[in-house]
Amino acid sequence: MLEYILKRFGQSFLVLFIMSILVFVGVNLVGDPVEMLINPEADQAEVERVIRELGLDKPVSEQYWYFLTNALKGDLGSSFIYNEPALKLILQRMPATLELALFSLFISLIIAIPLGIYAGYKPNSKASKTIMAGSILGFSMPTFWVGIIFIMFFAVYLGWLPSTGRGEIGSFLGIESSLFTLNGLSHVFLPALNLALFKISSVIRLTRAGTREIILQDYITFARAKGLSEKRIVLVHILKNILIPIVTVIGLEFGSLIAFSTVTETVFAWPGMGKLIIDSIYNLDRPVIVAYLMIIVTFFVFLNLAVDILYTFLDPRVRLKGMNQ
Amino acid sequence: MSSRDQNFKNFWRDFSVNKIAVFALFIFLSILFVAIFAPLVSPTDPYDLNNVSIMNSRMPPMSEDFAGNLYVLGTDGAGRDMLSAIFYGLRVSLGVGVLSGVFALIIGSIFGISAAFFRGKYETIIMRIVDIQLSFPSILVALIILAAFGKGVEKTIIALILVQWAYYARTARASALVEINKEYIDSARCLAFSNARIMFKHILPNCLAPLIVVGTLQTAHAISLEATLSFLGLGLPITEPSLGLLIGNGFEYMYSGDFWISIFPGIALLITVASINLVGDHLRDMFNPRLQ
Repeated sequence: MLEYILKRFGQSFLVLFIMSILVFVGVNLVGDPVEMLINPEADQAEVERVIRELGLDKPVSEQYWYFLTNALKGDLGSSFIYNEPALKLILQRMPATLELALFSLFISLIIAIPLGIYAGYKPNSKASKTIMAGSILGFSMPTFWVGIIFIMFFAVYLGWLPSTGRGEIGSFLGIESSLFTLNGLSHVFLPALNLALFKISSVIRLTRAGTREIILQDYITFARAKGLSEKRIVLVHILKNILIPIVTVIGLEFGSLIAFSTVTETVFAWPGMGKLIIDSIYNLDRPVIVAYLMIIVTFFVFLNLAVDILYTFLDPRVRLKGMNQ
Repeated sequence: MSSRDQNFKNFWRDFSVNKIAVFALFIFLSILFVAIFAPLVSPTDPYDLNNVSIMNSRMPPMSEDFAGNLYVLGTDGAGRDMLSAIFYGLRVSLGVGVLSGVFALIIGSIFGISAAFFRGKYETIIMRIVDIQLSFPSILVALIILAAFGKGVEKTIIALILVQWAYYARTARASALVEINKEYIDSARCLAFSNARIMFKHILPNCLAPLIVVGTLQTAHAISLEATLSFLGLGLPITEPSLGLLIGNGFEYMYSGDFWISIFPGIALLITVASINLVGDHLRDMFNPRLQ
């Protein structure tokens, strides 16, 4: 057991190490950031001074070693553009991304779970078939395009909701978030709905599949035999049993919401990490690109590690397999 | 009647049960036709500078220019006919999507089947890499590759292949593991056929059904991912205007109410992806033994 966990830990660090080489070397092969940073009229001496200052005159291996030793001390380099530590820039924008992802998770659950239960409860009704066809449509719709349509319709045409940016920030229990003000909520609604769209489709499918399985179980037949109302069977017996697998998957998928928010943030000019990375790629702001990619890869590697370890506790089959390897 | 004809007839009998899937297949084949013959079916060549005049820019759908040319879907900011631009865009989008899908299928099947065939350390390493990669969302994998190595046609295709191969490898391995224990593989081994021959002439054809299902769904996913990346400005360069780039071009005119520049390419993209998904979804149900 302990051996398995240690092995998985070792593997995670190996993945991080390989990723750091790949990302660092890759980023340093692309383009010439000096050209974008410096005044075009600057003379050769000035150009060389900037190159030296940024450490770009050294070989890539030496730059990587310098990056790695600093990264282990928590310094991921400074942005070429903002002249601030890359880590600080990213952490500043992280709350905006997290609140967007959380709110969209909330939206997707309250829309998808009732629809999914209905589609699984009455699989052959017209409404269920429409829901399932709709979920395929939701799968197929490109997120960014739907975002554009939302802006056109709700913001430009109807003028109901603001189309860009983050709203006023309120404070509640010491947590600062734009979810606590009305203005903030009006700003977050469209991007969150946009980000939720993809999740809605997958949660509908998941809930439907789960409901169909549960309905066949003996305890549902027994509940019916007891003469419980259908309402109670759905709200208590089905809903309760379906929540466990759904919550597990949702927890896992929260990471993918953060990854996909890059797109939504760009469309809605939401000032989060995702927009920062896209802007940094345009500006060839290497330290920020490397720092963002390393942070998000670390996040995913440890999220998966945590899930794997959790599973070994919950599922003895995984534990045995891990020991045999 | 040959057995191949018979197979096809059986397949079609099962497939045509679902009328929506048949309709989706028809739509997809029409789109494929338009994409392949874009230069012939387009009203104009949108990238021939002689045909394009800035005087005609941002005309709404169904308007005519002074020469009497009709623009059914309007024109974009540079005065290009949107309908023609969409036809040419479909060509780029489908081309990149299908090409990356085929490469990913080949690479994934080779790794997946050989992992099932040789077992041992080799299998463990391959499947560990697959697991690690699948734990990252596809957009993140593509973002890492394109952020690290820059944009371009080949790089976008490489990114899409790297995003997809793991799905094929996992599917190929799972079905190969089932096939390998069957008697015909034992007899092929007794005949001292080479490993390569057993893997690709005997095992592979019997793993095709699930690979095709994954293939259709993955291709739809790849097309949509490419559009997203190109929209973000990380995928294809402006010299290869896919549907994603067309939508991105329209994005800047959105606030002035010129909806058609980004709406129509998006509808084309949606219909393409949805028709492939509907076909793939039905194929999955057809090949799923539990539902039969």
